[in-house]
Amino acid sequence: MKRRNLLATAAMGLTLAFGGAASAQGMDKVKACFVYVGPIGDGGWTYQHHQGALAVKEEFGDKVEIQWQESVPEGADSERVLTQMALGGCNIIFTTSFGYMDPTNAVAAKFPDVKFEHATGFKREHPNVTTYNARFYEGRAVQGHIAGKMTKSNKIGYIGSFPIPEVVMGINSYYLHAKKVNPDVQLSVVWAFTWFDPAKEADAAKALIDQGVDVIASHTDSTAPLAEAAKTNGAVIGFGQASDMAEYKDGPRVSSIIDNWAPYYVKRVGAMLDGTYEQQDAWEGIAGGEVEIGEITDVVPADVKAEAEALRDAIAAGTYHPFTGPINKQDGSPWLAEGETAPDGDLLGMSFYVEGIVGDIPQ
Amino acid sequence: MDFGGINPVILIATLMASAVPILLAALGETVVERAGVLNLGVEGMMVIGALGGFIVAVHSGSPLLGFLGGAVAGALLSLIFAALTQVFLANQVATGLALTLFGLGVSSLGGQGYNGIKPPATGQLLPDALAKLPVVGPIVFGHDWVVYFSIFMTAALWWVLKATRIGLIIRAVGESHEAAHALGYKVNRIRLMCIAFGGAMAGIGGAYLSLIRVPQWVDGITAGAGWIALAIVVFASWKPWRVLLGAWLFGGITVLQLNLQVAGSGIPVEYLSMAPYLITILVLVIMSAGRRGKANGAPASLGQNFHASR
Repeated sequence: MKRRNLLATAAMGLTLAFGGAASAQGMDKVKACFVYVGPIGDGGWTYQHHQGALAVKEEFGDKVEIQWQESVPEGADSERVLTQMALGGCNIIFTTSFGYMDPTNAVAAKFPDVKFEHATGFKREHPNVTTYNARFYEGRAVQGHIAGKMTKSNKIGYIGSFPIPEVVMGINSYYLHAKKVNPDVQLSVVWAFTWFDPAKEADAAKALIDQGVDVIASHTDSTAPLAEAAKTNGAVIGFGQASDMAEYKDGPRVSSIIDNWAPYYVKRVGAMLDGTYEQQDAWEGIAGGEVEIGEITDVVPADVKAEAEALRDAIAAGTYHPFTGPINKQDGSPWLAEGETAPDGDLLGMSFYVEGIVGDIPQ
Repeated sequence: MDFGGINPVILIATLMASAVPILLAALGETVVERAGVLNLGVEGMMVIGALGGFIVAVHSGSPLLGFLGGAVAGALLSLIFAALTQVFLANQVATGLALTLFGLGVSSLGGQGYNGIKPPATGQLLPDALAKLPVVGPIVFGHDWVVYFSIFMTAALWWVLKATRIGLIIRAVGESHEAAHALGYKVNRIRLMCIAFGGAMAGIGGAYLSLIRVPQWVDGITAGAGWIALAIVVFASWKPWRVLLGAWLFGGITVLQLNLQVAGSGIPVEYLSMAPYLITILVLVIMSAGRRGKANGAPASLGQNFHASR
């Protein structure tokens, strides 16, 4: 028995070493490991990833063992955590933040028979590294539409985490769709330079509110911006980010983007079990169920709600792409011609604002 | 009244509130260090205070009891430190660091199930009519009680340390524990009480985060505020009013940099982000640079354990 296992692993290692094809043979038991950038209790990003992990366990029961580590700093620390997980018998490791990109690839080079899945990145330097992401900008389009319609001061805000393509994409989509329904709208962006720091996120929201912003979208992980908006007694609204944040439903939260990682995690771990696992670059959106739009509350007038839902459905059906030309870059140079939609490559490397947004992206 | 799109009145009002956690924790640590004890566990005591305060406030429905709970939680945690360093004479630096890690871990464990709950709200202390006055309204009258408490504590500690017998004893213990012992003061007992006071203050500071500023419970809510408080104590040369200045300066520039971003100033965000740390250190260093000959105010016995047998 032992020897057979050994042979199987060796064979798998060989097939991987030669060209990195899918392992033809399924596994009896998979140990799936997850690396989180924040605490599970953040109520947002990490919480949703953990829900996905729990869904895997639920789906496969005894055939799967899950392990996770919370609040792993991006950078050198994460490399140590990843190495430890790989040595500890993990078969597949999900690294759930952009900043784990280089550590994931570095550790993947050392453990060719362990699968690595990196969220929101674009580097796949080794055959055992897969990247996966969700088209959050589709959800941002819906939020932008609501923001443009709902703002009274014509000032809308966005709390950015780090200036990476993922976030810039969200800002652009949010702004474009607010602008479309409200040509006078102005967008203020605050960079918090953190994924998770509730006090700082609250301060950022407060700074926006003090400057007259009355609709706030955030790209950080906690519910603090909503809590800050709640102090204004309805004068300022916001959106749930990453998770539904339903506890603010009777307050400032008018809708939300929900990251639903469960189907993806179940699919990938399932592929490990039945032997159909292959390296890929997954990027699903509203259509694939990875991005969900949380319930739009009654604070939003019925016609705006109907429009927002129509926009969501058009994106899901594939009849509308949030980045459809004509769109110019911030400096006025053309990006997309009339009717042209943004190629994925442009989006994944996006490092420019679209025309009309004030301010620079920090380098 | 706006400068570059920023209203200075709102800015000052905001900075007073946002500096409260750091200010309270730093004031507590000032007393601890003036008694000759270096407690690096401020971060841990703050986060425990944040959780303790949150739990008490949620269950009792009273924010005031919540702050009391935060103080008790912080003080209890600090007593672990006190027991280790004052009774078992463990190394203060190592114990303090361990206290921070312990506090963060325990709060994370104890906070399970408290995510996403809203604590009872703390309103402003004075009637709305006063707070609506131009300029002085938001700055002087528009705050919750903890802001006034933090300023009151600054004044009280300054007076106690400077002009009372208790202050003299605390300073004596911190400057020369052997001399204090020879005079018949119970060095370790006095230090223990100072440590508990420091823990309570850090706990209230933490509770301000979870009950008013953020207001909710999330893991790691302090996010390094305790370390800033420690740095401010040193740069403020262990003087309460300078601690207030340092905390407001830090809070002010933190708030200002976010406001500058919103207002669309041309300054690169990276410089703005590091400005609070840089300017706070710079100003306090310049302030304490003048009298280098007379020592920078560090208590002479800081960080040294005392046992009567020596």
